[in-house]
Amino acid sequence: MTYRNPPTTPRKSATFDDYTLSEIRRAAATGIYDIRGAGAKRKLPHFDDLLFLGASISRYPLEGYRERCDTSVVLGSRHAKKPIELKIPITIAGMSFGSLSGPAKEALGRGATLSGTSTTTGDGGMTEEERGHSKQLVYQYLPSRYGMNLRDLRRADAIEVVVGQGAKPGGGGMLLGQKISDRVAEMRTLPKGIDQRSASRHPDWTGPDDLEIKILELREITDWEKPIYVKVGGARPYYDTALAVKAGADVVVVDGMQGGTAATQEVFIENVGQPTLACIRPAVQALQDLGMHRKVQLIVSGGIRNGADVAKALALGVDAVSIGTAALVALGDNDPRWEAEYNELGTTSGAYDDWHEGKDPAGITTQDPELMKRVDPIAAGRRLANYLKVMTLEAQTIARACGKNSLHNLEPEDLVALTIEAAAMAGVPLAGTNWIPGKNTF
Amino acid sequence: MPATSKATRESHARVFDLDVQSLRELNQALHQLTAGSNETAWEVLNPKGNHSVAVGVDQPVSIDVRGSVGYYCGGMNSGSAITVHGSAGPGVGENMMAGSITVKGDASQYAGATGKGGLLVIEGNASSRCGISMKGIDIVVHGNIGHMSAFMAQSGNLVVLGDAGDALGDSIYEARLFVRGKVDSLGADCIAKEMRPEHLELLQGLLDRAGVTDVKPSEFKRYGSARTLYNFNIDNADAY
Repeated sequence: MTYRNPPTTPRKSATFDDYTLSEIRRAAATGIYDIRGAGAKRKLPHFDDLLFLGASISRYPLEGYRERCDTSVVLGSRHAKKPIELKIPITIAGMSFGSLSGPAKEALGRGATLSGTSTTTGDGGMTEEERGHSKQLVYQYLPSRYGMNLRDLRRADAIEVVVGQGAKPGGGGMLLGQKISDRVAEMRTLPKGIDQRSASRHPDWTGPDDLEIKILELREITDWEKPIYVKVGGARPYYDTALAVKAGADVVVVDGMQGGTAATQEVFIENVGQPTLACIRPAVQALQDLGMHRKVQLIVSGGIRNGADVAKALALGVDAVSIGTAALVALGDNDPRWEAEYNELGTTSGAYDDWHEGKDPAGITTQDPELMKRVDPIAAGRRLANYLKVMTLEAQTIARACGKNSLHNLEPEDLVALTIEAAAMAGVPLAGTNWIPGKNTF
Repeated sequence: MPATSKATRESHARVFDLDVQSLRELNQALHQLTAGSNETAWEVLNPKGNHSVAVGVDQPVSIDVRGSVGYYCGGMNSGSAITVHGSAGPGVGENMMAGSITVKGDASQYAGATGKGGLLVIEGNASSRCGISMKGIDIVVHGNIGHMSAFMAQSGNLVVLGDAGDALGDSIYEARLFVRGKVDSLGADCIAKEMRPEHLELLQGLLDRAGVTDVKPSEFKRYGSARTLYNFNIDNADAY
């Protein structure tokens, strides 16, 4: 009997993992970078890394089903004659008509209105579907200015000057030819079927001093009635927040890298910008340093999924959160009921992110007239409202347990972190210690 | 330039003196105009570089601004006829929808940015990025324009009686550019194009509307999109 050496178990590289190898092969075969929708998919420090302490001997709770826990929030009270009053601190983020179908935009409006919150236009102008079905509609003022016009500006309830978004701070919008239908092309003044790449910078202002003048113009055009938001991607949250306040913003929106996009290069989504959790405390700190916390409201978005995330964001000092990806899932995005069709597209439900291709089996990220029929705006709007209601109840459950009669009374002191990273980012102690990395010694 | 105009006052124009009244009062009064109002003539005195003079006006009134203005004069204009008897700061007539704006002097950067309609006439020179991202507006510049003008211009016409700076029409879509003088350089995907009879006719109409009488359409060259970057192709990556 001959001796055989013990076999070596085949070992795959952690650096060159299967996904990385497939990307190298795909790039070599196609000669183009990968474009996809959604936000960062890599694992990041997030709200899951925080825990609430709840009540104890020194803190007493409120009765879960009896004592009131306020959820309302007013946005834009700094300068606007007509601030936005929301029943819940969860808004619907900007998503364009063009990237989304008309019925999907209508469903977002319906769901938000049922819930007493606002929805937001996107890089494609305002449609009748969303204006007609949104009691409170935020009109985005974007570098592209597609569809921007005086009438829509005046019938908006607030204006959001978009400087950047979390999925791609420093990048412009992208809408590929498959989705530039006649209607989308007309709204954007573009030829049908082209690959549309929006500008990444505003055409008529640069820097914070110009922004102040631009905001003045928007206020003058709308007679100082409407709240003016400034939205930034999670790049330099402390300075961006401070500069937005200095420029005269009523509301600052900070979007972390988990925030979704309709279409951007994968390399951009995964490698530019900061996680949502890392953006909150610097933004709050900027407001506090300027004496503007709670005077200029802060909205944070990017990976908000449930009431715990809402409560944690609010505890860190945020006034409201915004959801995009989660709202689309509530409408029916990535629903396993279309699994066979996802498989035909070479993917699976839960992973489908080729939103730019316009073939969405769920009928949401498409301009295909047949596919978009799959979204019933009334039923989908109802699902969104249900989901928003559940998130709100969940956040209230936590707030009451922490003894708070308003979601906005939650505070950093209610939180601990499970990891050193999250403790440093959120500025709360590592669980079981009083250590806040960067603030005190262990 | 005189700060007051006796002749206009005698014509019963509604006069706003920004030395005495606020910008807010001016714009509010202009926004309160309703269709059919008899207050069709307005005069703004002492603008002194104020920003956002006469923005968002949606009635067909005439507004004479006696002096120079700051940023965004006539922004989102939707029907009024504004004359700036001086020079204009950045973004004059930005996102104009309809109506007209005439600047007797020079205009700073981004004149007519993203404009959707109407006519913008600059009787002097315009700085860089004139007509950036234009979406249907017509712009006529008597003098020269600066670099990166008509960047990403989508639709409308830009007419330049003088010269154009570097990178004219970079990443242009379907806007038409007519330049009488020299062009320092063309931007990505912008090329010289044949001036066909319909273009000469279009240009004559634009010159007529802008009150230009001593220049012939045949003196201009036409520039527009080569349309090679409309759909992404990796072999064109060097063009960006």
